[in-house]
Parts: sequence; C-alpha cells; structure tokens
Amino acid sequence: MSAQTNAAARATPILECRNLSIAYAGRTGDVPAVIDFNLALMPGEAHGLVGESGCGKSTIALAIMQYLGRAGRVVGGRILFRGRDLLAMKGEELRSIRGGAIAMVYQEPMASLNPSMTIGAQLIEVPMYHESMERRAAAARAQMMLDRVRMADGERIMRSYPHQISGGQQQRVVIAMALLSNPALLLLDEPTTALDVTVEAGIVDLIRNISTEFGTSMLYISHNLGLVRETCDRVTVMYSGEAVEVGSVASVFRGMRHPYTRGLFASMPVPSADKNSRPLVSIPGQPPPPRARPPGCFFGPRCASFVAGRCDARPVPLSSIDASQGHASRCLRVDEIAWDAAPAPGPGNITATVGDIVLKVQELSKRFRHVTANDGLTFDARRGETVAIVGESGCGKSTFARILMGLIQANSGSIDLAGLELSKLPVTRRNANTIRSLQMIFQNPFDTLNPSHTVGSQIARVIRKLGVLRDESRVRERVLDLLDLVKLPRDFAERRPRQLSGGQKQRVGVARAFAGNPSVVVADEPLSALDMSVQAAVTELLIDIQRREGTTLLFISHDLSVVRYLSDRIVVMYLGQIMEQGRTHEVFTPPYHPYTEALLSAVPIADQRYAKRKVLLTGEIPSAANPPAGCPFSTRCPYRIVGTCDRRPPPVQEFSASHRIACHLPREELLAMQPVFEEVTQ
Amino acid sequence: MGNLIVRRVTQMLLIMLTVSLLLFAIFDSDQFREKAAVAELGGFGVATLSADDYHEWLEKKGLNERFLARYGRWLESVLHGDMGQSIEKDIAVSVLLKESLTNTGILAFFVFLIMIPVSLTLGVLAGMNTGSPLDRVISIVAVLTTSIPQIATAVLLTVILALGLGWVPTKSAMADGWSFRGLVLPLLTLLLYDIGYLVRMTRAAMTEVMASQYIRTAVLKGLPYRRVILRHALRNALIVPVTLIFLELNGLLSQVVVVEVFFQYAGFGRMLFDAANFGDLQVLQAATLVAVCVAVGSQLLSDAAYVFLNPRVRFT
Amino acid sequence: MNSRVVILLALIWFPLTAYVMFRSALGALANYLLLPAIPSVIVLYVLALRSWRESWVAIVGVSLISFWLLMAVAAPYLPLVDPNKPLVPFLAPGGVRHGILFLLGSDMRGRDVLSRTVWGCQRVLVWGITATSVAYAVGAGCGLIAGYLGGWWDEFVSFASNVLLSFPVMVLFILVLNLLGQSGFNIIIAVTCSSAPVIMRIVRGLALDAKSRDYIQAAQTRGEHPLWIMLVELLPNVRGPIIVDASLRLGYTTVAITTLTFLGLGLQPPDPDWGLMIKEAATAALLWKYSYMMIVPALSVSSLILGFNLIADGLREMSLRD
Repeated sequence: MSAQTNAAARATPILECRNLSIAYAGRTGDVPAVIDFNLALMPGEAHGLVGESGCGKSTIALAIMQYLGRAGRVVGGRILFRGRDLLAMKGEELRSIRGGAIAMVYQEPMASLNPSMTIGAQLIEVPMYHESMERRAAAARAQMMLDRVRMADGERIMRSYPHQISGGQQQRVVIAMALLSNPALLLLDEPTTALDVTVEAGIVDLIRNISTEFGTSMLYISHNLGLVRETCDRVTVMYSGEAVEVGSVASVFRGMRHPYTRGLFASMPVPSADKNSRPLVSIPGQPPPPRARPPGCFFGPRCASFVAGRCDARPVPLSSIDASQGHASRCLRVDEIAWDAAPAPGPGNITATVGDIVLKVQELSKRFRHVTANDGLTFDARRGETVAIVGESGCGKSTFARILMGLIQANSGSIDLAGLELSKLPVTRRNANTIRSLQMIFQNPFDTLNPSHTVGSQIARVIRKLGVLRDESRVRERVLDLLDLVKLPRDFAERRPRQLSGGQKQRVGVARAFAGNPSVVVADEPLSALDMSVQAAVTELLIDIQRREGTTLLFISHDLSVVRYLSDRIVVMYLGQIMEQGRTHEVFTPPYHPYTEALLSAVPIADQRYAKRKVLLTGEIPSAANPPAGCPFSTRCPYRIVGTCDRRPPPVQEFSASHRIACHLPREELLAMQPVFEEVTQ
Repeated sequence: MGNLIVRRVTQMLLIMLTVSLLLFAIFDSDQFREKAAVAELGGFGVATLSADDYHEWLEKKGLNERFLARYGRWLESVLHGDMGQSIEKDIAVSVLLKESLTNTGILAFFVFLIMIPVSLTLGVLAGMNTGSPLDRVISIVAVLTTSIPQIATAVLLTVILALGLGWVPTKSAMADGWSFRGLVLPLLTLLLYDIGYLVRMTRAAMTEVMASQYIRTAVLKGLPYRRVILRHALRNALIVPVTLIFLELNGLLSQVVVVEVFFQYAGFGRMLFDAANFGDLQVLQAATLVAVCVAVGSQLLSDAAYVFLNPRVRFT
Repeated sequence: MNSRVVILLALIWFPLTAYVMFRSALGALANYLLLPAIPSVIVLYVLALRSWRESWVAIVGVSLISFWLLMAVAAPYLPLVDPNKPLVPFLAPGGVRHGILFLLGSDMRGRDVLSRTVWGCQRVLVWGITATSVAYAVGAGCGLIAGYLGGWWDEFVSFASNVLLSFPVMVLFILVLNLLGQSGFNIIIAVTCSSAPVIMRIVRGLALDAKSRDYIQAAQTRGEHPLWIMLVELLPNVRGPIIVDASLRLGYTTVAITTLTFLGLGLQPPDPDWGLMIKEAATAALLWKYSYMMIVPALSVSSLILGFNLIADGLREMSLRD
C-alpha cells in the first residue's frame, strides 16, 4: 500500500453514525431510545461511550450489529462502515461483516458462550466460516489467539466447556473469539462489569493493548469513567438517549463543559480525598423515563444552571468548544457557567466521635463442608465508627455478615456485642433487644423490598416487630419520620416497590435498617448495583444518618474507592482471611499488603490529576474449596518468596497500634513500598 | 457424574420398596380382600357373603398371617417372576401380562415412532421464529389438540372416521386377528394429544434458547442461520423435550386405560381396568407393579438423558 | 388479585358448591341460592375483559369459562325440562314432541340432551374446581415447607411426593377409588394424590428461588416466625406462576373427572355429567345418526378445557411481556 492511499484510508472513518435515531415499539407507540447520535471512529482509535443505565449506549452497539430484536428499529440516520451503509446490508453481506469485520464482546461472558459446546468448537467456527479455513488450521489459529490474549494452557481451555473455566477466563475467550477474524472494529459492551476488580484490571490491560497490537478500532461502552480513561482516546458522554458531550478523553476529563459530565465527576470519589476533605456531590433527581423526556434540554430538571424559558424552549444542539480536540457540548450556557469554580469545600470533620468498643470479633471461623469461608477473623468496631470489610468474591465477607446476623452459626471463635456472645446464637433465639440493635442493609435494591407489599407497610412491620412502638398512629408517624430521614417524599409510604427506582429502594432499605435505632448496622455492598450519581446520594445519606445517630457501621464492599470515602477503618480480606487492617489512611498509604497494593492499583481512576502505579496480578482467584497452602495470596503475589509463602501461614506484623499486615515479607521491604497513587502537577 | 447416578438409582430402589409395601398394604385392605373373595367365591356382592365363609376363605388363602410375613413371601415370589393366577380368566398372570403388554407395546411403538419426529420438528419450527404466521398456526392447533380430552377425541374420531366415512372399524377388539386398520383410531387418539403437548413444550424450550445471549453471540459471529439453528440452538433446545419423551412413557400408561377401554383394544390398560372392576386381585397387583416399574424406569431414563445431554451437569 | 375479585368468586363459588353437593339438605332454600351468583358471573367477566384486554388469547379463554359458569349458576332458572326425565327416546336435534322443542335432540332413554348438557356442567365445574383447590392447598403447603424449611422436611416431603409420582395417574385413580369407594369426595382425594406432588415440586422450586432474595433475609434478620415468612413474605411473590399453573391444572382435573365418570369410576348416575353422557351414548347408540348424543358433551368438555388452557397461555404471555 502506498503512503498516499494509506493516508486516505486514515482519513475515512471506520465507523460513522450520522444523526442516528433508534426507537423501540411500545404498547402505546414508539419509544425513542437513541436520538440524533453522531460518531466518527477513525482507524486504530478507541472511543468510549459512557453513561448510566438506560441512556441508550448498548442500543447503539446492537444497532451497528443490526441486532435490535423485534421491537427495536432505526428510525432515522445512517450507520456507515468504511463508507458503506450498514443498514442497507442484508443476507450474506451482513453475515460476512458480523464477526468478520466487526466483532463484539459482551457484558456477561458466561451467558454469551454456548453451554453445550466446548470452547474449542466455538472458537474454530470463526475462521471456518469467515475464511473457509480447514478445521485443523482453525484450531491452531484459535490456540494461538488464546495465547495472545494471555491464556496459558490453551489446549486444556479448548477442550473445556464454558462452565468449567472462571469468569475472567471466559471473558478472555470471548475476546479471543472476537479477534480471531482480525476485525477492523471491535465493540465492547461493559466487558468487565461482571468481573472482580483484580480480574478486571487484567482484562482492561489486555483491551488497552488491542489497538496497538492488532490495529483494531474500538467502541468501548461502559458506565465507568475510570475505565474509559484507561482504555480510550475519545469519549462520548450519553444522557437519556443523547450525546451530551464529545471530545478527546484528555480535554473532556480535564475540562468538562456539560453540567451532567461535571455532576458525574463530582459524584465520584477521588483517590486523595476522604469524607472530611471533599464531600461527594450527587446529582439531584433521576433520569427522565424515555416516554416522558422534558422539552428542551433533557438534563434541565436536574441541572443547577437551568434557566427557565431558555433551556426548556427547544432541543439543544451540540456546539463545538475546541475544534482541535473535537470537543463539543450539548449545553446552551457553555459560555456562561463558571466551569473552573472550585467544588464546595468539605464540611470539616464530620466523623462522629468514636466511642467504646461495641463489637468484638475474635478468631472467628466458619467451614462449609470443604470450604473454609472465614478463618480466624479478629477485629473490633467502636461506637460511631465505620469499619469497612473489603475483598473480592469468595473472600468470606458475606459469610461473616450472615454469622453476625444469626442466619448461620460459626464453628469457632466469638462475636461479642455489648457483652453478649453471638457467634453461635441463631436469630430465632436472640431477644428483641439484640435483634433491634443489629440491623442490615442489603446488596440488591431490586431484591431488598418485598414486591407484594407497600413501602409503608414494610417499614411499619419492622417497627412493630422490633417492638419500638405499638400504638398504630405512632407507628405511622414513625414511618413518615423515617421517610423524611432518608429524604423520600411521604407519599412513598403508599407506593409499591416496583414504582420506585433502584436508588429510592435502597433508601427505603436504609430507613428499614434504622427503624429500630440500631447500635450496629451491617451494609452488604449497598451501592454496587446503583448508578454512579445515585451511589453518591446513598453514600451521603448513610454518612449523614450514621453521624446523627452515632451508629456503628460495618460496610462490606469490593470497591476500595468508595470505602475510602466512608470508613474510619478498613479490614482487607482474601479467601476467608484478614490480610491487612488499619485506619483508612494507613491502609491507603505504604506499607501495603501486596494484595491491598494490587486492589488499590485495580481501581480505575477517572480524575486526570492522578497517576497510578500499575500492579497486575496473574492468575485467577483460587477456589475457596481448594485454597493454597501457606499464605492464601501466595499463588498470585508478585513478591512471593518461594518455599516460605506457599508453605507457612504468614505472620501478623504490627506497624502501629491499629495497623496490622499478615505477610512474610521483611518489615523493611514493606516499609519501602511506593504509593500507588500520585498527584500529577499540571 | 457417577456419584449422581448412584444416588439416583439408590433413591429409585428406595422408592420401589416403599411403593411395593404401599401396594401390598392397599391390596391387603378389607375392601380389596372382599372384592377378591366375592370374585372368587362367586357371591352376588358382599351382602350374600356370610362372615363365616369369608373368614374361612381368608384362612384358606393364608391371609390371616402377620402382615410383614406375608409381604416378605409375596415380595419373594414376585422377584421370582411368579405373579399368581388370574381368577377371572384362569390362566397364569404372567401369560396374561405378556400378551397385553405386547399389544400395548405395539401401540406405544407407533405412538413414539410418529410423535417424536413430528412434534420435535413442529415445535422447533414454531419456536425458531416466535410470532410468525407458521408459529401462530402450529400454536393454535397444538392448544386445540391438547384441550380435547381423549374421551372426546375418541368420540369425534369414531364419529368421523368410523361412523361417517366408514374407513376404520369403530372398535379395536380385533376378534378376527390383528389388523392395522383396527389400530388407527386408538393410535390417532393418543397421537393428537401427545403431539400437541410435546409441540408446546418444544416450542417453549426453543423460544427460550433463541432469546438467549449465546444465540446472539453465534449470530453476531457471522455464522449462517442454518448453522446457528442446527449446531447452537437445537442441542440446547432439545434437552427438555427429550427428557419429556421418556416421561411420556409414564403418561402413556394412564392414557391407554381410557383409549383401550373405549376402543376395546386388548392391551395393558384394559386388562388393568377389567381386573380392578372384576376384583381379579393377582392381576391387578401384578399390573400395578409393572406400571410402577415402567414409570420409575422412565423417570430414571429421563434423568439419565438430562445428565447426558447437559454438559453443565455431566462435567462438574 | 384484588379483594373485589375474591368477593365475587366467593359469591359464585359457595352457593354453587352448596347447591351441587347438598341440594337435598337445603330444601326450598336451594331455589333462591344461585340467584345472586348470576350477576356476579357477569361482573367478573366484565372485570376480566377490562384487565386482560392486551391478550386476546386470555379473552377467548375467559369468555368460554364465563359462558359455562353462567350456564352452571343459571341452570335452575332456564326453561329446561328435567334432565333425568325420560320423554321421547332417540329424537334428532330440532325435533318437537309433546310441545317441547328438543334443540339438541334426546338420548336413548328419551332425556333432553340440551338440558343434560347444561346441568352436567354444574357437576364438572364444582367437583373440578374443588378438587383442584384442595390439591393446591395441600401441594402448595408442602411445597412451601419443603422449599423454605429445607433439611429433613424437604427430604421427607420430596420422598413422599416421589412415591406418589411413581404411580401412573390413572393407576392411582383406580387404586384410590377402589380402595375408598366411588364418590365425589373420593375423587377429590384421588386428584389430590395425583396433583399435589406436582404442585409441591413447582411451589418448592419457586420457594427455593424466592428464599435467597434479600427481602426474605431481611425478614429473617428481624426474627420473623417461619410461618409468617412463608405465608406473608413468600407466598404472595410466587402467585404469578402459581395462577398460571392452577389454570392449566383446572383443565387437567376436568379431564380427569369426565374420564373417571366415563370409566364408571367417579360420580354416580343418574345425575347428568358429560363423561357419563359420552359413556352411555358410546355403549347404547354407536351409530352415525345418533352421534349428536356423544358430540355435544365431547365438544362441551373440550371447550371448557380449552378455556382454562387459553387463560393459562394468555396469563403467561402477559407476564413475559412485562
């Protein structure tokens, strides 16, 4: 290829969406899902499509693939692939594009692989049907590709069925499958959402290298701004079916010019800040339902800079801000808003005064047949304190919560709550006072409320059951007070859970937990299923109530960035054991446990002011049924001392009265560790 | 997987043991004893049977012994293949059983021969493209045929094919020797319902598979439609229908009672029904035992098929 | 299901059941018992039409069922001759004798087929629905216990249901009805023996699924009694699939009851019953010109079962759409 044609090829976008509009047929007419969407994706470029659930980002990917289902259809605009109209393609032509020139990676790898075919059989289909390759040659190619997506033991993987390999491996297989035909364009739809953070970090690293290694253009769909920063060159921020801001990642993330983008950043924790220095600011309200979008700017009703009569007059066009960066924003008041104004200062010290020890856990262990879920947990929590328990799936954090709540019983060890031994006392044998003083907030907002009963009756039941109040009119009054407490309108008492959004349900969950004035509240991943802007609001609420009531909060999470925001102390768990515990700033600064270091490094950071040291873990989280000998982390630890770490359990080293690390590494080496985050001076 | 099968077989044996005990207890009850006594002694109903006669008969039959002892003896003789004697027809139960099972076997053979290909094909065609005109037609016909109870199907088919058109005999007693024409009405009656049922189940399974994410992966991988259906969809969609086909064996045992009685076909179902009416205790006992064996066996086969067809269960 | 529907159902159900099961004991009261049920059926039908208008399948189904329900409650007030009275044998449909129009003809004993069909639907509906309800009470109770409590409860209930399921249904019917004697109440027992294990399995599966939900854990962590959790927290959330299955099962039970009468095992003559009508005609009048005697009850029972099946299909379709 001559240099000239090469340059020409670079000038035509691989993929272009022009004024693309997509709608789903509903019972009462079409519901627009994507409105007037434009995109130009250049060869070798990675473009991020970011937004909260329901903003239409996945619909765009499926429209490109022409797989919108029976109800969905493109109602306007064009999708051009290398200048050719994709929407006009039919039959054989479309088939050769799908999986050939354009390939896709999906959100749930397990569901995306055929459960009754071996991985090998599913992989070799791609070269066999796109390049008419012989079975044997295709198998060789497939195995080579598994190697290139960094899967050792490709031969065994090829012979396995999807359920026999881990989630991270499944996603690597799906990526390998997509890359097998050497596509020009790769669509990635939330490829790491279903994975653990340290596994996610590995996949993200792989994706980041795809465009350099394979020259593939990518459309990366995600709800996570941090992941987009780590993988993409350009970004489109979507809100309610519209692109609200477009530009290079550097220009958008450093100088956002749409109130929604700015709101998203304000609602995300940053590595250096904690709850005392910079509060999270949530975006008020919630996205409009697709049937009832407001006139003018869709973000208008939630926008602090909203001007009636202007913002709601007519549809707002995208206007260019910086042509060199391709930066544009769908805001009428781009030139009027003071974008660089500092965020509101923190309220100062909002930590409640920490009191005496309320909860004392000692040498707590729980085994299920062959699985050791908790192994010698020892820590305590004080009055008014927030203790975070952090770890990935299978680390035993939920098992601990279930023991504490009395749903299952421990094998050995003790839990002391105000002088009462709870580790072997099932909830059915606890007295009302104990039950009342220990309540829980659950993970899944869509599951936390009983769909058959009204919100009010569910809160009232807790009040009555826990014996707080008996008199009906006072119970009702207390229900309304609790709704006020979690900032929900009083008429929500009469509503049923399906009429509430995820964040609202989670607020009701909070109200229910605090109904009996508990002394300890266990929150089991209460934020993980919520959208970013909603997470901030619920976090805010929790901190606020806790401070007011002086409650002890045990906050269970897999996400270190949120935890930093909320907690006074952190307990890091891995495969049933405590790896490190200490005050929040102690855990976030060296010395680190090697696992903590990897966890910190795995957190995607969107904020351009921070750089992060990369620590990549190899391998998968071992099964709890078959844990490694010695230190549980020894199979993945980059600092592993062969002969020691894989033989003997690690000693607990004390670095301060509150900071303890369970590790074989010499004290000096731990102390010499470098921080994971660094502030970049601009 | 081996573990699973061993557990299942043990469970089945335990169930069979319980069932045999239960059956023995049922036939040991006064209701059935009196029925048998009346049948054998030729009384005109229990009223004419004097208490003394009845008692003497019990003595003679050895029915006054302890329950468990008699159960043991009965179990032993059954395990040796000795099922006793038919009072009504005065031949060995095993001979009677063999004859009737052969007749029902022929009927069942044709049912499965036609049902399996027809209903799987129709079900897959309907489920492949839910909402298409073909799907609508297949679904409506299937819901109609499964809504007509077999006595009604038998009536309607008799009226049309036998009384109206005169193509086939109204009854399938086959007094002048075996004929396929005589088999048509019972066969069609069984088929209409069973095909409808299996079509509905296959369609539901296929619809679910077609909506799954791995079919989306296969389509977006650029595979030809044929390959998506034949290699990716069918294998998963047929797991449930195949297990149901084995369970149909169980359902058929119930259905043949009605159909064989209606058409007077000399099969297993009719034998069972007659024995119950007449009070032919040994025959009834043997027939129920066979029926339960077939039912339990079909459940075991169905489980085995599920495990075999489903890699997620097979390799764990 | 809202309270209005429950009240309407009760207004239809209790009088009809009392009328069919204990008519002789009721005396003169029996004549007025069914009057309030007639408007109730109509109101219920209108309510169903309004809330199910998205599914024409369900509409057709509920129309069929409502028609037969209306026939059942209105039978005493319709201008029909006594269904058991021999008048003119073998009269073809449309014939007139003694100034009486035999719209659907008369049977071999001279009884009016139309009258027998209309009255027959009472027995089929009452015994069918009652038997299904009893089977559901037993099966759902066991399923909740097995699914929610688990452990030995589950082992025991599951084993018992496996034992019952290893009998082919018809064999079970023959055994139970021969053992206990042939009557409507024993049909209820027989249907319960055959249906409850299946219902148990379905409800057990639903309960197992619902048990892992956070709202159940929330109830457990506030120390609710298992009975409260099963009945108040669990049961209302599994009712969707249960209503669909119940509708299908009503169809199966109707089949079972007519089949049993056809085999001479269930409800006893002389009161009319569709299975009985088919049986009598098939033995005494198996000729082309008398085929109406069989076809009328055969089509009646088929339309009733079709109604139940279509309601089930429609409800399932609507639940998938949401």
